[in-house]
Amino acid sequence: MTSLRENRGVVLSAGAAILLLVGTALAFWWVPNDADQGFSQRIFYIHVPAALTAYACFGWGAWKALRLLSTRVDRYDLESYTAIHMGVIFGIVTLATGSIWAKVSWNVWWTWSSRQLVLFLVLFLFYSAYFMLRYSTDPGPRRSRMSAVYALFGVVLIPVSFLAIRLAEDFIHPVVFNRDGPQMDGSMFLTFCVVFAGTLALAGALYVNELTGKRLDRNLRELEEALA
Amino acid sequence: MTSAEKYVTAAYVVVLAVVLLYVVVYAFKLQRLDREVARLAELARDRHSDTESVEPEREVAETRS
Repeated sequence: MTSLRENRGVVLSAGAAILLLVGTALAFWWVPNDADQGFSQRIFYIHVPAALTAYACFGWGAWKALRLLSTRVDRYDLESYTAIHMGVIFGIVTLATGSIWAKVSWNVWWTWSSRQLVLFLVLFLFYSAYFMLRYSTDPGPRRSRMSAVYALFGVVLIPVSFLAIRLAEDFIHPVVFNRDGPQMDGSMFLTFCVVFAGTLALAGALYVNELTGKRLDRNLRELEEALA
Repeated sequence: MTSAEKYVTAAYVVVLAVVLLYVVVYAFKLQRLDREVARLAELARDRHSDTESVEPEREVAETRS
């Protein structure tokens, strides 16, 4: 159990590689063509898991921010920052794949008439601004608390962004998951689950590796100050 | 290859490109950390050798007195 915990970066990386390779193979060669969108619907298997993973990363970052504010333990600041960093990376993937899907389905790279798209962009830009806030203040407890409060505010946008399409009824962005469950074939849902597990594992692997790098960086700076 | 196939392939290639870009950025970061560790190790070795050269001189001075 201890070795699993120590090697979680390796385990998550290997798991992500296997799941994403299998998921991509299933998406290209196993699932049937969608009755409405045809072959282009296969972008769904990477676009939606990336968006959900971005939400998960932002949520994780907000949870760590809450832990920082409630316990004042310094390590949660770095963990919250790293999770938001990962969320922004998956946000870029979501916007890029979504844009390609929009081009093939609606013949435009972007449309301002879909509230779902605009709210996701707002969420993405909000968390991108987190880095500007963080690097505009000196390191220390004040910066940690300010960043944590900002990360917590952003988490409010996640349910708004997620529910926007259901509340807005704009009918541009398709709704696959509703109150009756997933509106797709069993093979499609299985492929979606495999790729989603893969993207979550990838986010976990990147989070662990990035956090290790950031801790190493901080420890080296402390060591440098001690030796100076 | 149809137009839809090209777009779907492009979407998956974008994901791969983002992951690869991240690996490249991380490789640069690792290189920087490696250089930093080497510099600190050298600094620590210098400190250690300075301490060792000072210690015998102090021992000799103490013996004479």
